[in-house]
Amino acid sequence: MEVKGARALLSACTTPVSEGMVVWTNSERAIRARKTTVELIMSNHNKNCLSCKRNLNCELQKLCQELGIRENRFEGEYTEPTFEDASPGIVRDTSKCVLCERCIQTCKKVQGIGVLGLMNRGFKTKVGPIYDAGFNAVNCMQCGQCVTACPVGALTEKESIHEVIEAINDPDKVVICQTAPAVRASLGEEFGHRIGTLVTGKMVAALKRCGFDRVYDTNYGADMTIMEEGTELLKRIQNGGVLPMFTSCSPGWIKYIEYEYPDLLPHLSSAKSPHMMFGAALKTYWAQKNNIDPSKIFVVSIMPCIAKKTEILRPECKTGEYQDVDAVLTTREAARLIKMYGMDNIDIFEDEKFDQDFCGEYTGAGVIFGTSGGVMEAALRTVKQILDGKPLENVDFMECRGMAGVKEAEVDLNGQKIWIAITSSMSCAKPLLDEVRAGTSKYTFIEVMGCPGGCINGGGQSIISGRKKARIGDEYKVWRMETLYEEDKMMPKRVSMDNAQMQDMYTEFFGEPGSELAEKLLHTTYSPKKRFDIE
Amino acid sequence: MEKLNGEALRKIDEIVARHKDQAGPCIEMLHEVQNELGYIPYEAMEKIAEATGSSPAEVYGVVMFYAQFTTEPKGKHVINVCLGTACYVKGAQQLIDRVEKLTGAAVNKTSPDGLFSLDATRCLGACGLAPVCIIDGKYYGNALVNNDFTNEIRRIVREEKKAGANA
Ligand code: SF4
Ligand code: SF4
Ligand code: SF4
Ligand code: FES
Repeated sequence: MEVKGARALLSACTTPVSEGMVVWTNSERAIRARKTTVELIMSNHNKNCLSCKRNLNCELQKLCQELGIRENRFEGEYTEPTFEDASPGIVRDTSKCVLCERCIQTCKKVQGIGVLGLMNRGFKTKVGPIYDAGFNAVNCMQCGQCVTACPVGALTEKESIHEVIEAINDPDKVVICQTAPAVRASLGEEFGHRIGTLVTGKMVAALKRCGFDRVYDTNYGADMTIMEEGTELLKRIQNGGVLPMFTSCSPGWIKYIEYEYPDLLPHLSSAKSPHMMFGAALKTYWAQKNNIDPSKIFVVSIMPCIAKKTEILRPECKTGEYQDVDAVLTTREAARLIKMYGMDNIDIFEDEKFDQDFCGEYTGAGVIFGTSGGVMEAALRTVKQILDGKPLENVDFMECRGMAGVKEAEVDLNGQKIWIAITSSMSCAKPLLDEVRAGTSKYTFIEVMGCPGGCINGGGQSIISGRKKARIGDEYKVWRMETLYEEDKMMPKRVSMDNAQMQDMYTEFFGEPGSELAEKLLHTTYSPKKRFDIE
Repeated sequence: MEKLNGEALRKIDEIVARHKDQAGPCIEMLHEVQNELGYIPYEAMEKIAEATGSSPAEVYGVVMFYAQFTTEPKGKHVINVCLGTACYVKGAQQLIDRVEKLTGAAVNKTSPDGLFSLDATRCLGACGLAPVCIIDGKYYGNALVNNDFTNEIRRIVREEKKAGANA
């Protein structure tokens, strides 16, 4: 910007306002300077927009367009890039990086880890993990918060779309799709809807037209998780087990605790995450019911999450011979898949329902899993109802809701008072974990989610530009959150244990929550992981 | 990655503890570790990060920013080959190729046996003698004609072999 009295141009973001200051943000000189800056960024940028994942949702493209840049004024040499996709989750391509450092700050401030840093200097400067290594070789939780912070295509998710299309077109495969609750609160954004528009019915309609043999709701799995995790909690309380117990639905969080607090692993619930439980049930109970050979079943999870892509490969999670889930698509990839199948407007569809056979029912408690506080609220609903021995009158636990990084409450479980806490993002979780480590934690049960605000703000969700975030702040998370509470409110059943289809499954197949078979198929183990693994 | 021995770890701890409360301690610590161990191992970056409230990746950024720090152990014998303009014109690339062959060390790396590291440097101020290399501090000028650098490298290899055999 140009400031009256100042000879040189000043940068708007670092110059303090002063009394009587006269500023021209759009003088010819200021515009020219902005243009030159962007042209210089472009001169070292791998401009293959047409094949870039961020094409049409790229902040650099947008700047070039706004500034009317029409030529490559400074063509020259390029910095030697790193292209790295060794981890199942995150891909780094420094030929697209504009060195804004948003990813570095996000990982450090939001997750408190600091996986990323700058290296080298001058023209050779690059961003990446230590030693320019792969994300799989360092203490990265694969949360993807750096991906949603990146303005360009330098950090992206590893795509699984082609595997999925291959499976759909394989006549021998039964391809079952399940969608996580948070996806319905963000998918609409990829089709031009206002942030947080609920698109459940349109999403189901579009996915069915992609050729999936079934489209189910992961909420069925969430209801299962509550049965397993809730039972585990009650057992721990009654038998003097390790407390506080941590929730285990967030694979990013699991990676974090394995790297950074391995001594606290006994606190982690052994329950698998909802989509993994659901996958396990589909390949056993559902397969039996439908008389289908489980080796023919291909389960695709549509998730707001990048860490889920690594979770499905965990050797600890394998059920018998098969992986519980075969592929994970992020919300963004799901939108790409739908568009690839020729549906660029999902509004033309009437709302459709998830498939209903055997594993189709779900409760409002499952829906709110998608937001920070939701798992806790869902667990409290069922645990309280079990202990009370009669249907809950009030299912709303307002103290679990809202955007705070740490929430806590004292709840009454049949006369016994316990403290619970809810946290999301590792920078917020850290103090709670330090308390547990020091033996001074007052809590009995702690919900931990890897991403700030929970899955609604997961690393796989629709990307909101930095400029928009600067304008609306955290509001976008609130909009997506409210959408889920809205759907919860509309559900006829809102307590997980009331899911009748799931109860039938327990009666017919698993016996009861925590049974030997449930332990085998629906629970898992953890182990300390090396923070850094490079030779 | 090779495990550091206990003595090296103790040294790092000691250095980190000594500089912890100074201003700008990171650079100080790195200097000392570099001097003591001849390079900056991962363990040092991790400990320095913890003491200074940063992350190993950030400390690595500092290490990579300054040319005097290295992340690889230096060889027992250090060879610098000048890549300045005069030397380049007079065949420095050929010189580098030959040193690489003789020592097994790639440019800016250490040989697998740990005997040599080979660094390419800027003008050494001895352009009249181009091309120039330095072996353990001693200059070898007109290297491609005189060929005495070859003899020196061969001598070192022989000596080290002997020492190894006697040990
Ligand atoms: S990052 Fe943006 S500008 Fe760069 S290639 Fe991708 S879409 Fe184009
Ligand atoms: S995925 Fe998460 S933990 Fe990994 S580098 Fe990005 S922000 Fe950090
Ligand atoms: S956020 Fe993206 S563009 Fe910015 S420094 Fe990180 S990788 Fe580069
Ligand atoms: S260019 Fe080699 S010494 Fe000057």
